[in-house]
Amino acid sequence: MAEERRQKHCSVVLPTESMKAMAESVGVGQLQEDSCVALSEEVSYRIKEIAQDALKFMHHGKRRKLTTSDIDNALKLKNVEPLYGFQSQEFIPFRFASGGGRELHFYEEKEADLSDIINTPLPRVPLDVSLKAHWLSIEGMQPAIPENPPPATKEQQKAESTEPLKVVKPGQEEEGTIQGKSQGTTTPDGKGKEKGLIRLKPRSTHELSVEQQLYYKEITEACVGSCEAKRAEALQSIATDPGLYQMLPRFSTFISEGVRVNVVQNNLALLIYLMRMVKALMDNPTLYLEKYLHELIPAVVTCIVSKQLCLRPDVDNHWALRDFAARLMAQSCKTFSTTTNNIQSRITKTFTKSWLDDKTQWTTRYGCIAGLAELGSDVIKTLIIPRLAVEGARIKAVMEGPVVSNIDKIGAEHVQSLLLKHCASVIAKLRPQPDNVDQYRTDYGYLGPMLCSHVMKARTQAALQAQQVNRTTLTITQPRPTLSVSQSGLSGSSGPRTPSIIKVPSSLTLMSPRPGTPSQPSPPATKYIVMATSAGAASTQQVITLSSSQSASPVTSTVPSATSTLQPLVKLESGSGAGLTASRPLQKYIVVSLPSSASSSLETKSSVLPTSISSSSLDGGMKLERSESPGASTQSPH
Amino acid sequence: DMSLAKQSTDYFVTLYTKQPSADGFGNNNANDGRVLSASPGSSSSTGSNKQTAAVTPEDQQTLLAVLQFLKKNKLSESVEILRREAGLPENSLDPKANESAGAGSGGAAGIVDLEGGDASSLLSRVTGSSSAGAQAPTKGTVQSGCSAVAEDQPDVSVVLSAYSQQGDPTLYKVYYRDLKKFIETVLDCHRAELSQVFYPLFVHMYLELVYNNHESEAKAFFEKFSGDQECYYEEDLRILSGLTKKEHMRGNETLLDFRTSKFVLRISRDSYQLLKRHLQERQNNQIWNIIQEHLYIDIFDGMPRSKSQIDAMSGSLAGEAKREANKTKVYYGLLKEPEIELPLDDEDEEAENEEGKPKKKKPKKDSVGSKSKKQDPNAPSQNRIPLPELKDSDKLDKIMYMKEATKRIRLGPDNLPSVCFYTFLNAYQGLTAVDLTDDSSLIAGGFADSTVRVWSVTPKKLRKVKSAADLNLIDKESDDVLERIMDEKTASESKIMYGHSGPVYGISFSPDRNYLLSSSEDGTVRLWSLLTFTCLVAYKGHNYPVWDTQFSPYGYYFVSGGHDRVARLWATDHYQPLRIFSGHLADITCTRFHPNSNYVATGSSDRTIRLWDVLSGNCVRIFTGHKGPIHSLAFSPNGKFLASGATDGRVLLWDIGHGLMVGELKGHTDTIYSLRFSRDGEILASGSMDNTVRLWDAMKAFDDLETDDFTAATGHIHLQDNSQELLLGTYTTKSTPVIHLHFTRRNLLLAAGAFNP
Repeated sequence: MAEERRQKHCSVVLPTESMKAMAESVGVGQLQEDSCVALSEEVSYRIKEIAQDALKFMHHGKRRKLTTSDIDNALKLKNVEPLYGFQSQEFIPFRFASGGGRELHFYEEKEADLSDIINTPLPRVPLDVSLKAHWLSIEGMQPAIPENPPPATKEQQKAESTEPLKVVKPGQEEEGTIQGKSQGTTTPDGKGKEKGLIRLKPRSTHELSVEQQLYYKEITEACVGSCEAKRAEALQSIATDPGLYQMLPRFSTFISEGVRVNVVQNNLALLIYLMRMVKALMDNPTLYLEKYLHELIPAVVTCIVSKQLCLRPDVDNHWALRDFAARLMAQSCKTFSTTTNNIQSRITKTFTKSWLDDKTQWTTRYGCIAGLAELGSDVIKTLIIPRLAVEGARIKAVMEGPVVSNIDKIGAEHVQSLLLKHCASVIAKLRPQPDNVDQYRTDYGYLGPMLCSHVMKARTQAALQAQQVNRTTLTITQPRPTLSVSQSGLSGSSGPRTPSIIKVPSSLTLMSPRPGTPSQPSPPATKYIVMATSAGAASTQQVITLSSSQSASPVTSTVPSATSTLQPLVKLESGSGAGLTASRPLQKYIVVSLPSSASSSLETKSSVLPTSISSSSLDGGMKLERSESPGASTQSPH
Repeated sequence: DMSLAKQSTDYFVTLYTKQPSADGFGNNNANDGRVLSASPGSSSSTGSNKQTAAVTPEDQQTLLAVLQFLKKNKLSESVEILRREAGLPENSLDPKANESAGAGSGGAAGIVDLEGGDASSLLSRVTGSSSAGAQAPTKGTVQSGCSAVAEDQPDVSVVLSAYSQQGDPTLYKVYYRDLKKFIETVLDCHRAELSQVFYPLFVHMYLELVYNNHESEAKAFFEKFSGDQECYYEEDLRILSGLTKKEHMRGNETLLDFRTSKFVLRISRDSYQLLKRHLQERQNNQIWNIIQEHLYIDIFDGMPRSKSQIDAMSGSLAGEAKREANKTKVYYGLLKEPEIELPLDDEDEEAENEEGKPKKKKPKKDSVGSKSKKQDPNAPSQNRIPLPELKDSDKLDKIMYMKEATKRIRLGPDNLPSVCFYTFLNAYQGLTAVDLTDDSSLIAGGFADSTVRVWSVTPKKLRKVKSAADLNLIDKESDDVLERIMDEKTASESKIMYGHSGPVYGISFSPDRNYLLSSSEDGTVRLWSLLTFTCLVAYKGHNYPVWDTQFSPYGYYFVSGGHDRVARLWATDHYQPLRIFSGHLADITCTRFHPNSNYVATGSSDRTIRLWDVLSGNCVRIFTGHKGPIHSLAFSPNGKFLASGATDGRVLLWDIGHGLMVGELKGHTDTIYSLRFSRDGEILASGSMDNTVRLWDAMKAFDDLETDDFTAATGHIHLQDNSQELLLGTYTTKSTPVIHLHFTRRNLLLAAGAFNP
C-alpha cells in the first residue's frame, strides 16, 4: 500500500531524448547532455505545474475530463500565451511510430480529399442549449420515468437473484431511510444471519403497481396484436424502457407459455411475435435476464428445432423463424454463457445430438444446423464441415431418389442452401486457393461441386472487398508529397522557429538555448498541409519549391519529369498573409489549414498546369483538379 | 490577576522565542532556546555566546519593546507585573527574574494572541535600530531576514532564506527516523497528538534539503517518508514531489503558503512536554529549530485528543485554526424584518378569493407574528452595516414571499421535499454555473463559451425594455407604466448575454431580480440588467479568474473571490471594492453571504473556510477539517450554522457562534458543488458531481448537539458517525452532475445540472 503510494509520488521526468528531439525540431542540432538534463527537469516541473493549475479549471468547469482549454487557461494564468488553434477531434491527436531505434509520437496528418470536403454538406449546426424539467423525486420517491435512471441497476438485479437475503429493493430503501437508516441497514443483515440457520428463503414478491399492470397489459396485447405499428412501438418500449425489471418475470412467463401453446397450435405468426419480444428484452441494456433464461431458452430452442411450426409446412416460411430464433440463441450464448452455466456447450450438444439422429425430420435438422451455424465459424469448422459428406448423401437421397414427399424435398433443399451459405465462407478461409471441383467432390461428396462454386464466389467477393479496403488504405500509405508548414508568421525571419515551450515568469531564469529569440509572442501554431503533385519539397520563405526529380509515389509517376523547378504559391491565411506573385509557371496547389475539420478552409489558387498531365489517371484527391486542367492548360504561357 | 500575568509572560517568552526566527540572532535567554542552542551538534546554534553577559543592550531593548507592546495593548497590570519581576523599570534588569518569568510559563512558548507581523515589526524596529552593530549574524542571509520583517511583508527570497541554515543533509533521515521511533513508542494517548508534527516536519525538512541543493538526499528523504503521511495530504505531497530544485521554489505558490504561514498544531501540554524533553535529550536541533520557526504549537491544558478528533480538524494547508482565531463574537442572528403594512391583508384576501378558497385569518396571523418577534440578542444592530432602503417593489415582493410562505410545506424526515430537476441539454460540457431567483421564476446559466443565458421557467416570457425613442411615447402617468415599457416583440423564453471573454464560473441574481452578476475567467465581475439584457458594469480588480460571486440577500452589496486569494466586497454603484478580505492561502473557490448580510463566508483551495466581518473586514472565523478544496457553502436560514462541501465528498456542519465543527455528513463520492437548506432549515440538500442529490436531516444534526460541550475550554469535538441516520434520501440522475440546488418559497427542491452523456 505504502509502496504503491510512494510509486505514485515518484517524480517522473521527461526523457532527455525528448529534449533532443524537440531541439532538433526547432533547428538546434547538437544539444549538450547536461543541457538536456537541465531542460527536461525544468520542463517536467513546469508541465506538472501547469497540469495542476489546469485541474483547477476543470474543477470549476464542473467536469471530470481535462480539456485543452483548461491547459490554455492555466497557461494564461502564468502569463504565457496559450496555444492558439489547438483543436482535435480525438482526445490525443498523436500517433506513434517506431523504427530505426527511435520512437516517435507525431501528428497524424491525413490527406484530405478535396472533392469530398467540397461536396459534403455542411455539418449540422449543433443543437442549442435547452432546458428540460422532470421530477427527480416526488415526496421522497423517485418516479420510474425515462429521465431517471432505472430503479434497479443490473448489478442490483443480479444481487437480488444471486443473494436474495441481502436484497433491499430500491423502492423500499427510501422507506427504510425514512424510518431511520439504522433499521434499514443493520437489521436485515442480522435477520439474514438468523434466518440463515433456519434456511428460509424469503419469498420475493413482484407486485406491480396499477400503472405497471396497465402497461403490461398494453404491451403484451400490442406485441401479439394485429397492428404492426403498435407492435413496433411496444417492442421499442421493451427494448429501451429502464423500468421494466419488475415486470420481467411476467414477460418471461408470457413468452414461454405463449410458445408452448402456439407451437402446439402451429401459429407461426404468434411465434414470430414472441421471438421478437425476446429480442427486444435482450436488447434492453438495463435488464438482468440471467434469472429468466430457464424460461426463455427453451422457448427459443423450441422455435428453432420444432418439427412443425406452422399449419402448412410446404407454403409457410417457418424457415425464417428458425433462422431468427437461431440468431437469438447465438446472441444469448454470446452474452450469457459463462463457465458455470455452460449455455453454449449445452446448446451445442443438444443441437448436435438431434442432428446426428437419423430419424430427425428435415425441419428439425434445418433448425439444428442453423442453430449451430449461427454460433460462429469455429463451430462450423469443427461440427458442420466434417459432416458435410454425410449430410450431402442424405440430401442426395431425397433430391435424386424417388419422391417421398414434397415436404421432405423442400426441407432437403433448405438444408442444402443453408449448408452452402454457412460453409462456403468458412471453407474459403480454410482451403488454399485453387478450387478444384473434383477435389471438392472427393472431400465433401454430393455437395462438393456446389460448394466449390460457392467458395469461389465467396473468394471473389472477399477479394473485391479487400480491394476496396486496399484502395482506401492506398491513399493513406503512399509516400506523401506533403509538406507541412508549421509557422504562419512569415515576416522574413528565416531562422528556425523559437521553441514555444512554456515561457517562464520573468522572475525565473530558465536555461533555455533559444536561438535568436524574438520578443514577439509565439505565433499561432496552425498546421498547413500543402498538397502537391510531386514529392521532395524544400521550403524557403513563402514559396515551396518542388524538385521534380524521381518520385516514389504512384501519383507522381504519371507526372512528366520534364517539368522544371516549379515555384508554387502558397498563401497562408493567417499571419501576414500577403500573397506573392509568382513569376514562374505555377502549378495548382491546395493549402488546407487544419485547426479543425469544421473550420478548415480551403484556398485554391487557380493556376496553370503543365499540359501533358491532363489525361493521366490519378487517384484520390487530385482527381478533381486534374479534370479541370485541360481548361487551364490553354492559358499556359508555355 | 493571574491569568493576565500569565498572558504577559507568555508574550514575553514569545517575543524571545520569536527573535531567532525574526533576525536569526539568538540571544536566547528563554529557557527552551538556551538548552538547545548549547548543544554541540547544532550548526545552527545561533548565539549562545551572548548570554553570558548579564544584561546586554539588546535584552534591555527587547524588554522595553515588550513593555511598550503591553502598554500599547492596555495591559497595564501585566506591565506592572513584568516590571516588578524585571526589577526596576528603566535600568537594572535582573536576568534571573527573566529566567524565572520564562520558567514560570513553562512550555507555553507557543500560546500567543497577537498578530505576528505586528509584534515582530515592533521588535525589529527596536533591535534593528539600536543594535545593528552589536549583532553578529552568523549567516549572511540573516540580515535580509531582519529587513524583511521590518517591511512587514514576507518577501519570497527572505522567506526562503529561512532555510539557509542547515545541518548535515545525510542526518535528516536519522533525525526524522529518531523522532518517528520516539513517537511510536510513547503512550497511546500521546501518540496521535504527536504524530501531527510528522507532516509539517516532513515538508519543512524536505524543503530545507531542496533549498540547500541536496537533491538526491531530498529525493531519498521524500521516498522514504512520504508514504507515512496522512492520506489527506496526498495532493500536497504530489505537488511537493514535483519540486526538486531550488529554482523551482521561487514562485511556487504552495511553497510560499507553507513558508509564510506557520503550520498550526494543537497539542496538549503533556504531549508537548514529552516532545520537548525528547528533543532536548537527543539534542535534535534540526527538528527543534523547525518546530520553533515554522510551526505554531497551540498548547492546551487537559486530555490529549484522540486520533479521530485530530483527523476531524486537520487537513488544511496550514494546519488547524488557532483557537484564538475563532474567539471573536459573531452576530449570527437575523435582522428584524421590516414591518410591512396593510396591503398584506388586501392582497391576501384577493389572492384567496381568486383561488376560490374561503377567507382565512390564520396566515395573516402568522405573518404578523414574525413581525412582533423580539430582537435576537445574537443579531447585529439593524444598521450595523448600511443596507439599501426598501423600494415599493421590494415590499410587494415581500408580500408575495409571505403569501407563499404560508403555503410552505413543513418538511421533515417523514415529509421529504419533491425534487424537480432542470437538465441543461446540449450544453456540451460547457455549463459552469447556475443560479435561480429567490422566487424561482428565472434560471441563469454561465457557460464555458463565455455566455450567460437566462431562461424564464414560468410561462411569463422575458422581455426587454423598449428603446428610448419608444419610451418617450408612452404615458408615464398610467398605472401600468411598468408593463408598458416592456417591448412585447422581444418576448422569448431565454436570452443570451455576451460580454465575458472567458468561461463564466459564478453567477448570482439580485434579490429584486433586476440584475444578474457573473464572474469569469477573464478576471471581471459583470453586472447585467435583466430589463435590457445588457451589461451595465464590469468590475475589475481581480486580475485572475474569479471563481464565484454572490449578491447580498439585501441586494446592493456583492462579494467575489478568485484565484488571487482575496475576496472582495463590492457595492453595485462603486467600481472599486469596499473591502478586501485577504488571508486565504490559496484560491477562493466559493463565496456566500450570511443571511444578515453582515458576514461573508469564503471557501478556499487551502481547505479552510473563513468568515469575514463585512463591517471591519476582519476574519472572524477559520474552519478547518476539509481534506480538499471547498466548492460549496450554505448558511442555515436562522444564520446559526454553516454547511460546507468539498471535493472530498463530505459535508461538514459548523456552529458559527461557537466556531466549532458540529457534524460530518458522509455519503457523496465526488465533489459537492451545491448545498442548500430548506426554507425552514429542516432539510439540507446536497448536490454532487457523483450525479446524486442527497437529503439530510438538518434538524436532527443540529438538535443532537450537546451545547454544553462548547463551553468547555478545550473546544474539542466528538463527532459521532451518524451520517447514515441523517441521510434521508439519495436520488440519482441518469448522467447529470448536480451543480445547483434551490428551495422554492414553498419548499419544493429544484436542482440543476447539464446532461453529460
